[in-house]
Amino acid sequence: MNLAQKLEILADAAKYDASCASSGAKRRDSSNGKGVGSAGGAGICHSYSPDGRCISLLKILLTNVCIYDCQYCINRRSSDVARARFTAEEAIRLTLDFYKRNYIEGLFLSSGIVRNADFTMEQVVRVARELRETHDFRGYIHLKTIPEASQELIEEAGKYADRISINIELPSEKGLRELAPEKNLRRTQEAMGGIRQRIEGSKEEKKHYAKHHRATPRIYASGQSTQMIVGADASDDSSILKRSDHLYRGYRLRRVYYSAFSPIPASSSVLPAKAPPLVREHRLYQADWLMRFYGFNVGELTPSEGALKGNLDLDLDPKLSWALRNREQFPININRASREELLRIPGIGVRSVDRILKVRRWSAVRLEDLTRLRISLRKCLPFIETIDHNPVRLNLDGDRLKERFLPKPEQLEFDFSASRSSALTGEV
Amino acid sequence: MISVAIEQSFDSWRSRAREFLQKGISPSEILWSSREACQDELFHMGEASEKRDRSHVRIPKAFFDLAETVACHREEERWALLYSLAWRISRGGERHLLSLETDREIRRAHAMAKDVRRDCHKMRAFVRFRKVGESATGREQFVSWFEPFHHIVERNAGFFRGRFTGMDWSILTPEKCVHWDGKELHFTEGVSKSYAPDDDELEDLWRTYYRNIFNPARLKLNAMRAEMPVKYWKNLPEAPLIRELTNSASYRVNQMVDRTALTPKDRPKSSYLDGLHESNESLTLSQVPGSIAPYTLDEWREMASCCRACPLWESATQTVFGEGNPNAEIMIIGEQPGDQEDLAGRPFVGPAGKLLNDALSAAEIGRGELYITNAVKHFKWKPSKGSVSGRGPKRLHDKANRNEMKACRPWLLGEIAKIQPSTIITLGNTAAQSVIRQDFRIPSERGVVKGPNDVGFGGKIIATVHPSYLLRVRDRKEKEAEMRRFVDELRLAGDFSH
Ligand code: SF4
Ligand code: SF4
Repeated sequence: MNLAQKLEILADAAKYDASCASSGAKRRDSSNGKGVGSAGGAGICHSYSPDGRCISLLKILLTNVCIYDCQYCINRRSSDVARARFTAEEAIRLTLDFYKRNYIEGLFLSSGIVRNADFTMEQVVRVARELRETHDFRGYIHLKTIPEASQELIEEAGKYADRISINIELPSEKGLRELAPEKNLRRTQEAMGGIRQRIEGSKEEKKHYAKHHRATPRIYASGQSTQMIVGADASDDSSILKRSDHLYRGYRLRRVYYSAFSPIPASSSVLPAKAPPLVREHRLYQADWLMRFYGFNVGELTPSEGALKGNLDLDLDPKLSWALRNREQFPININRASREELLRIPGIGVRSVDRILKVRRWSAVRLEDLTRLRISLRKCLPFIETIDHNPVRLNLDGDRLKERFLPKPEQLEFDFSASRSSALTGEV
Repeated sequence: MISVAIEQSFDSWRSRAREFLQKGISPSEILWSSREACQDELFHMGEASEKRDRSHVRIPKAFFDLAETVACHREEERWALLYSLAWRISRGGERHLLSLETDREIRRAHAMAKDVRRDCHKMRAFVRFRKVGESATGREQFVSWFEPFHHIVERNAGFFRGRFTGMDWSILTPEKCVHWDGKELHFTEGVSKSYAPDDDELEDLWRTYYRNIFNPARLKLNAMRAEMPVKYWKNLPEAPLIRELTNSASYRVNQMVDRTALTPKDRPKSSYLDGLHESNESLTLSQVPGSIAPYTLDEWREMASCCRACPLWESATQTVFGEGNPNAEIMIIGEQPGDQEDLAGRPFVGPAGKLLNDALSAAEIGRGELYITNAVKHFKWKPSKGSVSGRGPKRLHDKANRNEMKACRPWLLGEIAKIQPSTIITLGNTAAQSVIRQDFRIPSERGVVKGPNDVGFGGKIIATVHPSYLLRVRDRKEKEAEMRRFVDELRLAGDFSH
């Protein structure tokens, strides 16, 4: 099998992992090194695939041979896909060759599980070690780790990688038992806890270095993330978001990626035949965004009663949907409300809120000012008060208010993908 | 009216602008334009009404940062716009102008700056190097062709130098080219595309990657176009694949869906997999066994790690069981694990644990003489206010309720029964209530406990505060006094047991 054929199989095998970020690394470049590479800041998406996902890293599996049997995964032992394996040298060559042509920000390396967790993890870590130590590669490295691997190996992975991740896969223990019999929620969370401790420990160490020396050595990855598959088990949105809330709070994850379970070749008879609508994934990203940056509590995001109990409304973004459920909190006065309150207004994002706060120090804000700040009035108008606008006329209590926002039937399919970068970030 | 032609450089605009501001020449009297590097620079068309007002002109640094970016924009209006802003800020009494994003000119400047930043970012993303050879010293040499929309080559050069220090490279553009030889950046005039190489052997592999990382089951063309605008496609080696991938997507999905599903295979012979399955099955224990008598302490600990006798396990990471010398004379019982203990799976490793350690060494009690545990074995927490990301604690300690304390008590009783210490020190209310009496109160009953206790313990019991209480005392003097008292109480235990 030649390199191209291996790449075909091992890129295909890796594509169901949604994480792509190359952000949040420590700022560095190659100017005092002997190789190439830089990182830091927002990270760069070097290309986009027609599936709307960014291509930032060379995302491959070291091998797609796997002894586990996760039903949603194309690489599970019961699948009949073609199998391949990169040697460490091949993975390293590809990374460097792609990097030097500016195709990628770095490497995202994962692997099917061969023999056992430690054996597999050793192979993965070796690639990262040689990239860093032999080739002085300073680009981004994201390593997928296995919760059952030994602490020492996870430790070593974190020494070379900017980000390490362990996929939680499903929000509940029950789901895992049914669909990923070798995996386990507690072990995964324990490993995430260990990683958080190490990341924080290395931050302390760094402060110490900063005090006593000048140069700070690379000590440990600066973040961890995870992925949850949506729609493969029966979990509702509220349990998915609750799990995320636990993960963010307990293990300080940078990101939780939601990946709508996608039909795969060689699919399993245990799985639902139909994939969930992609818009569900998008709504989860938006809700996640509200938890992370808008001060929403996880319990507020999904309705606690009614037909949609426990689930996000697919027709409306979760902030608007929350506002319609909590109309008594509106209207919010643009000129007097606190930052926290402004963040609750549908259609007004974090950046707009901060602009409003700046502007209103100097002059009272009118509707035309909002338009100038490029805020779309369509969404926020019924919920706000300015010196020249009071929403009473818009009948904040009427049933028609919700209808106002429902997408026209034919729009539904396309609306979410058209929303530019928000499709990827979940910003609302 | 003054007509001034600026070459494409922020510095030349700045020196002109500074001069005009000092002379007090208003924006309406200047006609700004761009010029090629070697044209004549200043024309006077009639007389400008120079006010000769040489008062000091002060402009905030933030303006220069914005202006430097706007200066790279290709629109001719940028010089006049920047001058107008500089004028309004320094002479028009609008020093806060920069924060007024509702102002028309400020908005325009921000929009232009955004265009420039975006173009810079896209250049960093979409430059594609092609290898042309190796230098005599063995450095790989690469050349790229790129067509920026704004004047960003110089602005971006540093980025490429920092990233690709270890190779020689040139980026050719129609306006300006930049070259790196390992020592210095050089800039030369623009060239045409024919100067750039038109292939690289790696591009086939890159296209292989591009083709296979695409998931046909989730076509989202708009999202792709928004981030990779069509105008850049012509220089991207992977772009020609987009049409083919898009067109075949639905066919591929149908093929997938039509295939019969595969049933799970039995697991192969593997002691590793057997171990995983065994551990997954033994992970739940819905009730605490009545007595530790049939078990060893280690078995007790093992069972506790699977406990689900109350709801606390669910939002915690793991059971935090006691640890220390199994023959200890002194047993310390805290309330419950905290954030750090929950992660580490060990009691008293967080800030309260550090303080306890300090107090113990002050009382000359070694950790080797102790067994340390908690009344409740899982971390109970409530969410902090505000967003889940960002700084600060996210899981706040929450007091276990009666039911939870009661559910967890058998684990503690088992520990006491096995360790058989001669002294028990309880830290804080919860621990004291769990061991001594449900209505026991610190501080009123603090100290050596007289009378019976709920665990039927015959040795000495000392009830004191939880170290986290000491952490909360703000006043330094008071803190020292409290710490002394705490150490004295610990020392009491040390004396008793000897
Ligand atoms: S462990 Fe599970 S998810 Fe990972 S490759 Fe194997 S089967 Fe797929
Ligand atoms: S707190 Fe105690 S009783 Fe409750 S689950 Fe944990 S170990 Fe069991």
